Amino acid sequence: MSDVWVTIVVLALATAAIRAAGPALVGGRELHPRLFGVIALLAPALLAALVVTETFGGPDGSLEVDERAAGVAAAGAAIAFRAPILLVIGTAAAVTAFLRAVA
Amino acid sequence: MSQSADMTDWSRVRAGVRAGLPFGIAAGLLAISFGVLARPVMGTVAPIVMSAIVFAGSSQFAALAVLAAGGGAPAAILAGILLNARYGPMGVAIAPSLEGGPLRRAAHGQAMIDASWAMASLGGGRFDPSFMIGATLPSYPMWVAGTAIGVFAGELIGDPDRLGLDAMFPAFFLALLAGGELRSGRRAVAVACLGAAIALVLVPLVPAGVPIIAASAAALLGLWGAPVPPLEEEPEPS
Repeated sequence: MSDVWVTIVVLALATAAIRAAGPALVGGRELHPRLFGVIALLAPALLAALVVTETFGGPDGSLEVDERAAGVAAAGAAIAFRAPILLVIGTAAAVTAFLRAVA
Repeated sequence: MSQSADMTDWSRVRAGVRAGLPFGIAAGLLAISFGVLARPVMGTVAPIVMSAIVFAGSSQFAALAVLAAGGGAPAAILAGILLNARYGPMGVAIAPSLEGGPLRRAAHGQAMIDASWAMASLGGGRFDPSFMIGATLPSYPMWVAGTAIGVFAGELIGDPDRLGLDAMFPAFFLALLAGGELRSGRRAVAVACLGAAIALVLVPLVPAGVPIIAASAAALLGLWGAPVPPLEEEPEPS
């Protein structure tokens, strides 16, 4: 098999295993209340990390403030004005595309 | 309510589908750019199969980047796994909310994607699994179809970066963060800031994906103080 197909098959199996691991191993028993406190805060921690890495992360571990960051900032403004979600992500793409076109 | 109705609540699934539609559209657009970028490296069939059986955007882009740079399969697989490792802590988080035996719960975990997982969070460490399945449903066909469109219409589309599609996912996650998670109180805001700081500091130092997993350590702030109240018990979100 070529590198491409090996990558696809192994990554698919590994991803399924990772997605299965938490639910299969932890579920079905009561967790300590303090652990719930931690679990409750996983969502804001992971979402915030996704936002900054996908906004500022460049190739090869660089950090960049570019058109994409401006697009996400514009989306932040749309969120502040309670825009519907499709308008929020549309704003991000449109502002980023516009700035790249004029750059 | 009967036991079976309790285990898969179809009205919650439908509510999830409605909530997941905008993300499905965004996923479809991003998948088009994946297809465009993947075709020269992987051919026509492989990118579509990859989207169908891996179904995890960031890891697919990461593996593609390694293959495009001439890295071998082991490096591409490792990059993809690192980016998907966050499903470990995410799966631990939903586990107490899932019903049924280990196999059923493991199958349920396959429906985890970032957006549906975050949207299914009820606060206080509780998740709505039926809602999560529903919220994932629109993304799957959009992700696979978008990849196919990108593969076959790549010449018409040109450079996908031109369209600014890469800004859509962080914008979507920002909306989820601002609209849901941060409302559960000041501690959630502190954790989000700490998680973002951890990730930013680590990005230049460690392989892609690791900063996101490391950011989950910010949630350890939950070990101190009173438990976080569920969102639905909030008086009135401002």
